[in-house]
Amino acid sequence: MIPDSAIPAAAAAATPVVEIRGVDKTFATASGGVVALQGIDLTIRAGEFVSLIGPSGCGKSTLLRIIGDLTGPSAGDVLVNGKPSHRARLDRDYGMVFQAPVLMDWRTVSRNVELPLEVMRYPKADRQARSKRLLDLVELGEFGDRYPWQLSGGMQQRVAIARAFAFDPALILMDEPFGALDEMTRERMNLELMRIWRETETTIVFVTHSIPEAVFLSTRVVVMSPRPGRVNRVVAVDLPQPRTFETREERRYFELVTEVREALRGFEEAAAVDEVVDARIRVEGIG
Amino acid sequence: MTAAAARVPQPGRRPGAGHAVASGRLRALVPPVGAAIVVLLLWEFLLQALGFAEFLLPRPTTIVTAFLQQWPVLQKGIVYTGGEALAGFLVGVSLGVIAAFATARWATAREALMPVAIAASSIPIIAMAPISSAWFGVESPLARIFIVTLMVFFPVMVNTVRGLTSVEASALELMRSYAAGDVDTFRHVRIPNALPFVFTALRIAATLSVIGAVIGEYFGGPRYSLGIYISSEAYLFRYPNAWAGIVCACLIGTAFFAAVLLLERIAIPWHRADGRDA
Repeated sequence: MIPDSAIPAAAAAATPVVEIRGVDKTFATASGGVVALQGIDLTIRAGEFVSLIGPSGCGKSTLLRIIGDLTGPSAGDVLVNGKPSHRARLDRDYGMVFQAPVLMDWRTVSRNVELPLEVMRYPKADRQARSKRLLDLVELGEFGDRYPWQLSGGMQQRVAIARAFAFDPALILMDEPFGALDEMTRERMNLELMRIWRETETTIVFVTHSIPEAVFLSTRVVVMSPRPGRVNRVVAVDLPQPRTFETREERRYFELVTEVREALRGFEEAAAVDEVVDARIRVEGIG
Repeated sequence: MTAAAARVPQPGRRPGAGHAVASGRLRALVPPVGAAIVVLLLWEFLLQALGFAEFLLPRPTTIVTAFLQQWPVLQKGIVYTGGEALAGFLVGVSLGVIAAFATARWATAREALMPVAIAASSIPIIAMAPISSAWFGVESPLARIFIVTLMVFFPVMVNTVRGLTSVEASALELMRSYAAGDVDTFRHVRIPNALPFVFTALRIAATLSVIGAVIGEYFGGPRYSLGIYISSEAYLFRYPNAWAGIVCACLIGTAFFAAVLLLERIAIPWHRADGRDA
């Protein structure tokens, strides 16, 4: 369902889609509790494209997973479309894209896109029509009958994106979706995602550790500090829409990249130390 | 055995690609068939040249002659013993799969059933066979069906549990993000994920079932059943006949195995032998 109230992202008066109030997250590990997130306050409005960026271990993926109710906060509240995040998940208010495409080997590409629609009991004709439309949208219209393993990594991730959009959620959560792709593919995917975002008028929350990617895609970049993860700075990206290939050559683009980089500086050393802890938390957090 | 053929990359599945795969598959048959011929030739001529007593290890041609002569009896044995093995296979696989589902779904079932399964797997079958004969009666095929069931159950259950539970965490999160229930998660993720594991277990179970039936028959069964036939012919020093009986058991096992492979190809066409094999 495309929101009727889709207002240009710049309009601060748009409806809040995600409201995060005083969220903390502590993971219990063998060596005691690790504070992954502390005092997160963030409001994301309809039509925005917000990137969460920060060094490894800043809890950006955890924050995304809390928004999607894949894990709970230790303290604080998360509202999605004005509802508690748990309710929003049960109402299927958001689509999710992971770093790995997570396609089912036993389903053809089009039937992978239909998976959420089958779970949500859409009629067959509707499923097929939507799958076709979404695969056209990600420019894989001719590949519906293939199996995932017959596609390249970039194509597989496009299938995952089509699947996330298949049931028209107003909110899309993306966890480093292009992190495993090479730089050229990634830039092409960025352009495609921008087009899809414009055409579908969705709200997107996007986790990345690539500064150029965050600046290129976003209306706002949320810069997070490492453990305990906090919102260090929010950078409004005032680059004109639509973003094109030339956007990356604009002077303002470089200024914003520099601004985000400055905001991130000083975290790198701490991040290296935290990598090990981070890996452990991810394992224990998921399990 | 057709691993080399299956590993041939088939991007896009272009028309005509099937031809190359088929000839590749034929070529893959050459080494095993060649090896079998060499072994049989050595067996036929070398053992004799070395002075092995014919009655201890009859030559292949002698066994074939005995096989043809004894065919009327062996035929009945194949049907009877094969039937027992098949019945035990089906019961054991069904119970194993059911137990695996309960185990994967409910933690209580896991705690209750896993120790039982492990204990069942360590029962020495040879010790169980006479007891089973006493329970069901020496003449009853149920005695052997029980033995086969016992042998098949454990590998099927353990492999199926592993297949149902070794699902990528992100696939489960994806289903969670759709607010999918347990039934949908089983149907769309866990069961398809488990199928390759189940078929691995079925291959093991296929050969185990014949072994179980023949061993069981050492402790009871009609005269023509393969176990009784092999042991009594050996007892009467009619070794070529005993060997012909062994060949029959091998034929049943191979037929079961081939049937499982065929079923596997039909049931999980997406499953490639590309190293992600279960």
